[in-house]
Amino acid sequence: MFSRSYKAAVTVPPVVWVTVFLLLPYLLMFCYSFWSVSPSQTIVHSWNLANYSELFRVDVYWKTLLRSMWIAARVTIFSLLLAYPLAYFLSLHAGERKDLLYQFVIIPLWVSYLVRAYAWKTILGSDGVLNTLLQYAHLTRHPLEFLLYSPFAVVLTLTHIYTPFAFLPIYAALEHVPRKLVEASDDLGATPGQTFWKIILPLSIPGVVAGATFAFVLSLGDFLAPMLLGGPSGIMISNIVVSLFGAAYNWPLGAAISLCMLVLVVSLLFFSERLEKKWSFS
Amino acid sequence: MTTSEIAMASASSTGSKVALLRIQNVAKSFGKNMVLRDISLDVAEGEFLTILGESGSGKTTLLRIIAGFETASAGEVWMGQERLDLQPPYRRPVNTVFQSYALFPHLTVEENVAYGLRVAKRPEAEVSSRVQEALEKVRMAAHAKSKPSKISGGQQQRVALARALVNRPRLLLLDEPLSALDANLRRQMQVELKSLQREVGISFIFVTHDQEEAMVMSDRIALLRSGELEQVASPRDIYRTPATAYVAQFIGHTNLLKGSVQAGKARYGALVWPVALPDGPVLFSLRPEDIYLSPTSLPSNGVRVRGNVRHRAFHGATELIQVECEGGLTLVVRTPANGSALDEVELEFSPADAVLVRKSAERV
Repeated sequence: MFSRSYKAAVTVPPVVWVTVFLLLPYLLMFCYSFWSVSPSQTIVHSWNLANYSELFRVDVYWKTLLRSMWIAARVTIFSLLLAYPLAYFLSLHAGERKDLLYQFVIIPLWVSYLVRAYAWKTILGSDGVLNTLLQYAHLTRHPLEFLLYSPFAVVLTLTHIYTPFAFLPIYAALEHVPRKLVEASDDLGATPGQTFWKIILPLSIPGVVAGATFAFVLSLGDFLAPMLLGGPSGIMISNIVVSLFGAAYNWPLGAAISLCMLVLVVSLLFFSERLEKKWSFS
Repeated sequence: MTTSEIAMASASSTGSKVALLRIQNVAKSFGKNMVLRDISLDVAEGEFLTILGESGSGKTTLLRIIAGFETASAGEVWMGQERLDLQPPYRRPVNTVFQSYALFPHLTVEENVAYGLRVAKRPEAEVSSRVQEALEKVRMAAHAKSKPSKISGGQQQRVALARALVNRPRLLLLDEPLSALDANLRRQMQVELKSLQREVGISFIFVTHDQEEAMVMSDRIALLRSGELEQVASPRDIYRTPATAYVAQFIGHTNLLKGSVQAGKARYGALVWPVALPDGPVLFSLRPEDIYLSPTSLPSNGVRVRGNVRHRAFHGATELIQVECEGGLTLVVRTPANGSALDEVELEFSPADAVLVRKSAERV
């Protein structure tokens, strides 16, 4: 149907793009992860597994990785808890205000991530809006220290930032639930609660899985929120990678950690896609 | 009178049978668009009632009001002593078979059928025996473990039927359930559905746009036109004595004779026959099968006219021929398809077969 030159014209650019900007850097990173750094701060091209063993031997690395996953897991749960009811209400009960409300959910996505993270810093700081308010209302005498520079601040900020990402696929899935099925359930005597648990929720699982994957993967690799709001106790694995590639000048170890993250994320995506397929019926 | 006394009084108007469902002066509008106007209709216990109408006539809306998916703008729906229209759909002792079947895609055939009983928290032993029985009734027991996407349209149709009937509703609503099936399967399902209805004895309200389907299956037909009831009668009565020109034309073929009455004689072009009607313009419906090719054995009072055959349409057992009569009138005649190919014919009909019909009101 299409000429050879047309086919070449549409396939070559993306293939070149992916090769130059994705495959080559990953290949390079893969190689780096098996090299090492000499005491004189030069890269030694000797193949070994030292970086990977260091990763599991040194507390700070694997503990930070676990903490990052724990933070990401909490962000995922809170995002779902916020996004699902919102999507449910918008999709099934908002009526004519649906489009307007949908825009309200989307608009925050247009605001720079950095601005939103700084906004939380202003709110949570010891001279911040929240602490000033609490003291003004005589609910506390001293500024609450745990608000800022803590895992709490990171989870809060990331939840705020990634909830729309969880919302979108859930909303799309709910929009795809045939309303005839809801009517059929009603008709067969199911109460609204039963209809939700037995029909609407199961049929929206693919959206929930996709939303959860977004929230988890995006927050697992986040480094700005922990840098700005995390403090020493809220540090995440990306911050370590950044410092290894920067000040510490240990590219091989940084590459090894990155590769572990990559494997983790890719297997997660693979798993979630399987799960989505299993729960889609159209 | 209290409302329930009124209910009893109007129930008796359906004759010997007790009215199960009473629709009283129901109207529905979507914004400025009037979809239903002043519909009053009774459905008897064990009756098969068909709501027949073109698309846009409001037939599905009426069904959805009974099921509870739409709220009537005016009027009431009663079942026995209860106001049905004040209850949410899930509390109404009514089940629906949807046009698209609406089977739950994530549940098996068996789980679909069990759904109504499970949400009603029936004991599991009862659920499984009733589900089994319902699936056997519609001959789907062999597919109990299949997902709906793995079975054919006709089979999905049967499952949808079983899923509704297993709850033993007092009234089953069917929204064009056969329209998605092939012609052959549809005819087969018409017969099955009708015999199933007799067997279970549940009242059916069946919505369709197919007049033939309505004739084959119904005890009574309610013909809707642009949101108003045009006529409610048995298939035989609605065919033999249509109330309006619209009914006569919608159900079967007919010749509409737009004539006039003067001094006890009806006149339509060159045709004249005696009638007992006051003077004025009249409209008659004359079925093509009531016109005969002469010579016939009709009594001598038959109305006769000569004409030329203009067009023949072969229908298998019969043929519809268009005859241009003396005086420029055209009549459609149904004859046995015995191959008679005469071009010049003499037509004859009995005055008794020309049924007086009302002119249908102009509506958009």
